[in-house]
Amino acid sequence: MSAPAAHHYTTTGLDSRKIAIWAFIGSECMLFVSLISTYLIYKGRSIVGPFPHEEWISPTGEHFHPILNIPVTSASTFVLLMSSLAMVLALAAVQNKNVPKRTTSERILGSSKLWLWMTAILGMTFLGFQAFEFTSFVHEGLTIRTNLFGSSFFTLTGFHGAHVTAGVIWLLTLLAIDYHRGLGPADALNVDIAALYWHFVDVVWIAIFTLVYLIK
Amino acid sequence: MAHEPAHSDTAAAPAVGAHLSGEQHHHPGWSTYWKVATILTLITVVEVWAYYIPSFVASRAFVPLLLTMSAIKFATVVMFYMHLKYDHKLFRALFTGPLFVAAVTLIALLFLFGQLAARFGPGR
Repeated sequence: MSAPAAHHYTTTGLDSRKIAIWAFIGSECMLFVSLISTYLIYKGRSIVGPFPHEEWISPTGEHFHPILNIPVTSASTFVLLMSSLAMVLALAAVQNKNVPKRTTSERILGSSKLWLWMTAILGMTFLGFQAFEFTSFVHEGLTIRTNLFGSSFFTLTGFHGAHVTAGVIWLLTLLAIDYHRGLGPADALNVDIAALYWHFVDVVWIAIFTLVYLIK
Repeated sequence: MAHEPAHSDTAAAPAVGAHLSGEQHHHPGWSTYWKVATILTLITVVEVWAYYIPSFVASRAFVPLLLTMSAIKFATVVMFYMHLKYDHKLFRALFTGPLFVAAVTLIALLFLFGQLAARFGPGR
């Protein structure tokens, strides 16, 4: 089936798949704002520690440091921001697949496989940072059942991590297609839709990083 | 590393976009994407730097400044990487509509549960 025949145009003249992904992203905004609202409402209402930004001494005399690790999270935030750059370069490479590449830099920038790999690897690196953070929190005594902070924090960041995981799987399927038959301008909308999802995951993290990690 | 070849995506993308989504839209070039990444990185560095200045963290300007920087990063990604600045207005409505409703709900909930009352309530 040729690519144009597979498209479903609406009365607006827009492709229904692109309308659908934007509607989906709009609904995802609602989901994440509800999770962020829950976190902010419960912020500062935990009876027992560990706490995100404050030290805590338990009734048994055990001393707990502020649990959030800002340097590590700053690094993971940078990684996710760079993955968005790689994703947008992957989309540009697919759109310009048929444009002749004369210089080495044009060949690098025009390699969809390179930028899709880069995006997926950066996404997996972010997930590695998150796994490290969750593991260290559990070792320091904070689980999803410890207090209100733990419940709302793990739910919010866990949902975000699940979205990143889905995005990485989506990117790997695009890479498989690219290796199988090559992605070209006719596939640009498919890559664009995946890119929109990936950038949305990035903007959600921009909000989480400020509201959860930086504001005390 | 600003690469802007003569046949950049500014030239190629409109034809692709027009073919695939039934509309004309103009995507920025590679150099714009690199500039946006630099701006996002710089803002993140400033955010983290501000976090480590105790006197600034204790001031009333800390939270508004962080929220402003976060909003700038959010809007930059949405406008340039998600191409909402260049895309059809229906896509803009599909994103900003729910976002607006969600943001208003968030603020209302924070007032309802007293989280903002301490900052903006009587006596402040």
